Amino acid sequence: MIETEALRFSYPGSSEVLRGIDLAINDGQFVAIMGENGAGKTTLVKTFNGLLMPTAGRVKVDGVDTHDSSVARLSRDVGLVFQNPDHQLFSETVREELAFSLRNFGYEEDTIERRVGTILETLDLTRYTESSPFVLSGGERKRVALAAVLVWNPKHIILDEPTIGQDYQQKDRLRNFIIQLNAQGKTVIIITHDVEFVAECKPRIILLSKGQVIGDRPAEDLLTDGELLDKASLTRPQIGALMHQLRDLGLPEHAIDVYSAEQAILQALRRKK
Amino acid sequence: MKGYMAQPRYGAQLENDSCLGPLHPLGTARGYKDLSIIQANHLTFTYTGASKPSVEDVSTTVSPGEFVVLTGPSGCGKTTICRCLNGLIPNFYSGDFAGELIVDGMNVKEHTTAELAAHVGMVFQNPENQLFSLSVERDVAFGPENLGLQREETRKRVDWALDVTGITHLKDKPPYELSGGQQQRAAIAAVLAMQPKVMILDEPTSFLDPKSALEILEVISDLNKKLKITIILVEHRLDIVSQHANRVIVMDNGKVVLDGTPRDVYGEQARLIGIGLPRVTTLFNLLQRDGLGLTQTPTTVDEAAGVLRKMLSR
Amino acid sequence: MMDPRAKFIMTMGIFSAALLFSNVYALIIIFLVQLPIVYAAKSWRKWAGSMRAGLLLAVLIFVMNFVFGSTFVFSAAMTLRFVTLMSVFSLFFMTTSPDDLGLALEQAHVPYTLSFTFTTAVRLVPTMALDAQTVIDAQRSRGLELDKGNFMKRIRNYIPILIPLIVSAIRRSIELAEALESRGFGASPNRQPLIVLRMRATDYLIIASTALMFALAVYVYLYIPLPTPDIPITMPKIFPWF
Repeated sequence: MIETEALRFSYPGSSEVLRGIDLAINDGQFVAIMGENGAGKTTLVKTFNGLLMPTAGRVKVDGVDTHDSSVARLSRDVGLVFQNPDHQLFSETVREELAFSLRNFGYEEDTIERRVGTILETLDLTRYTESSPFVLSGGERKRVALAAVLVWNPKHIILDEPTIGQDYQQKDRLRNFIIQLNAQGKTVIIITHDVEFVAECKPRIILLSKGQVIGDRPAEDLLTDGELLDKASLTRPQIGALMHQLRDLGLPEHAIDVYSAEQAILQALRRKK
Repeated sequence: MKGYMAQPRYGAQLENDSCLGPLHPLGTARGYKDLSIIQANHLTFTYTGASKPSVEDVSTTVSPGEFVVLTGPSGCGKTTICRCLNGLIPNFYSGDFAGELIVDGMNVKEHTTAELAAHVGMVFQNPENQLFSLSVERDVAFGPENLGLQREETRKRVDWALDVTGITHLKDKPPYELSGGQQQRAAIAAVLAMQPKVMILDEPTSFLDPKSALEILEVISDLNKKLKITIILVEHRLDIVSQHANRVIVMDNGKVVLDGTPRDVYGEQARLIGIGLPRVTTLFNLLQRDGLGLTQTPTTVDEAAGVLRKMLSR
Repeated sequence: MMDPRAKFIMTMGIFSAALLFSNVYALIIIFLVQLPIVYAAKSWRKWAGSMRAGLLLAVLIFVMNFVFGSTFVFSAAMTLRFVTLMSVFSLFFMTTSPDDLGLALEQAHVPYTLSFTFTTAVRLVPTMALDAQTVIDAQRSRGLELDKGNFMKRIRNYIPILIPLIVSAIRRSIELAEALESRGFGASPNRQPLIVLRMRATDYLIIASTALMFALAVYVYLYIPLPTPDIPITMPKIFPWF
């Protein structure tokens, strides 16, 4: 479980970025942290693996206060995938890239060999095992960066803006993969401002604005709150906007994805008959 | 857009300006006013060292004032086309350039990127790496300064561009203090100050939050409707651009596979190629399959709401 | 705000004076002359920061001079000279924006490509610093521990930091170059910058006073013998070959 108590943080010599956050994320939950740029989303998740220490309050991961641990130790359980893969990739081959973290954590070479092979297969990257990560396309580099974190099998996974620059099919595959990860029992936390993406996988949404939590509800609920969304510079998902316009006809506003909307409309038509 | 109407009409301003630098082939632009503004004939480009062309046998024309959305799966050649249009290919990116591409009367193979800059402007995905001065005003002035314009002319253009994009109040701020949406407005103003006839925008909303994305699209739409600038917008998120575009070109594997109005293009074939149709369109396609006998395919929320309201109120 | 050209002349004045004198009292005075300037520029904290950064090198210079046989006083003088040079240039760069520097260079008829390269490099320093921090964060999140291991291991631990940093810098430069080309960089050899630097009365005053002070310094150097404090500490002759 990841919890924060009255968490406050400011960068040295700067104004406060996190202004009193109380959160609890249970094991195996699927959470989306959303909010406008500068709301403090990335800063918040960096306190989960010890990169940043609270200036007030505390953060506890699986019962351990981050003050009493180190980034290296916390990272074993909290895997953070950064937004830009180019800030991570440095090895001669994709294999070496994935082995890097396992070596840091002290795994044996044959275990490393096995794990690298498995994760490459899971993410459909086996053909690039001996390739240099630098010659891969943008989308492929993002997958390698993800693989490089999944390879040590952390309990909690945080993805910072995983959908930026991805096309429709890539987002689709990513969404399915995230749902799979979550189904395997991993806590999955994504930072995103992609309302459509979130409308289709329906996580619990924690809405941040100016360093504070202004909303913490399931997606079907929060994505229908126009006022709250506006405060965080978000919009309704397209289907949600459609249902909102037709709410006077008795259509449910929480049908924010295509399939639930389809069912709701068919039902409404049947009722008319 | 306050203050826009006070400016002379875009085209008129070009004609009245006698102090444009020697590199502005005004005569050529004027002579081609009635023909298409972009003409591609069997355009094929292969990057140096690549095994196959990134763009293959593309032939199409774009008329002045069109708002074209260029889309397709990653790697389909959209970015390559953009680079060809403003001269980055073949000047900045080397490779094998076959076929012909004429933009605003200029053959891209025969001109440098700098020469084309006054005719075709490009706004990139990441606002961070396009703005580099310590004030928005200086960034916007950069383009006209490069063209060798007189100081008074640069001053006029900078003030006008800042006004059109609604960021005059931000002109003394350093770009890194602006929000993503404001930065992209500044990037657009910086390109606008060169007064190009064609503006290419390569996924300009990628890094923006949804509200800023919608605002930027309004700015771009205004440039198209009021200033008659031809827009080529590369985007994946068709749900937010469909209401502004009058034409959608879908590419796949370097070739143009679909080309028409949004309604024409958003069909089964587009879905199979893997582009992200607007959710309302997908919804209606599903309802169609359920046997609802719908005749229209809406591409926007308002259209969809209208059709459903009629259906459910009968 | 002071015109960067006037600022530069003042910087050069202090710089030259520091090089001129080897006398410790003179160097102390020259060093102290900067302090009111730091105060006026309100850059206390940043200046103190850069002083701290150069402390190691200053100590090294003192030690090298002293160990190789110079007197205590002379070593102190050389250290003070180094500190003054470092300080005055730090002060110049931290109070002058890269844009103003570029304008000053342009108006001094330095070729545009050169002045632009210089100012862009300066502008990108804080951006690269942020990148560096992000890379360090990302690699630490993969278990990299930068503060552990023997000397060799610690050096090797910087490879996963340097390579992404260099690659990011290259990618960023390419993106920037594309944007520059697309905005007509190099289209015309005659650039008329929108914003022009103009020297004001205060700037001329500063230049005049710098010239006066420097003339005074030269006079003192040539005609006025300065005392040297008598601190008889020298390096004991442990090593016969010194």
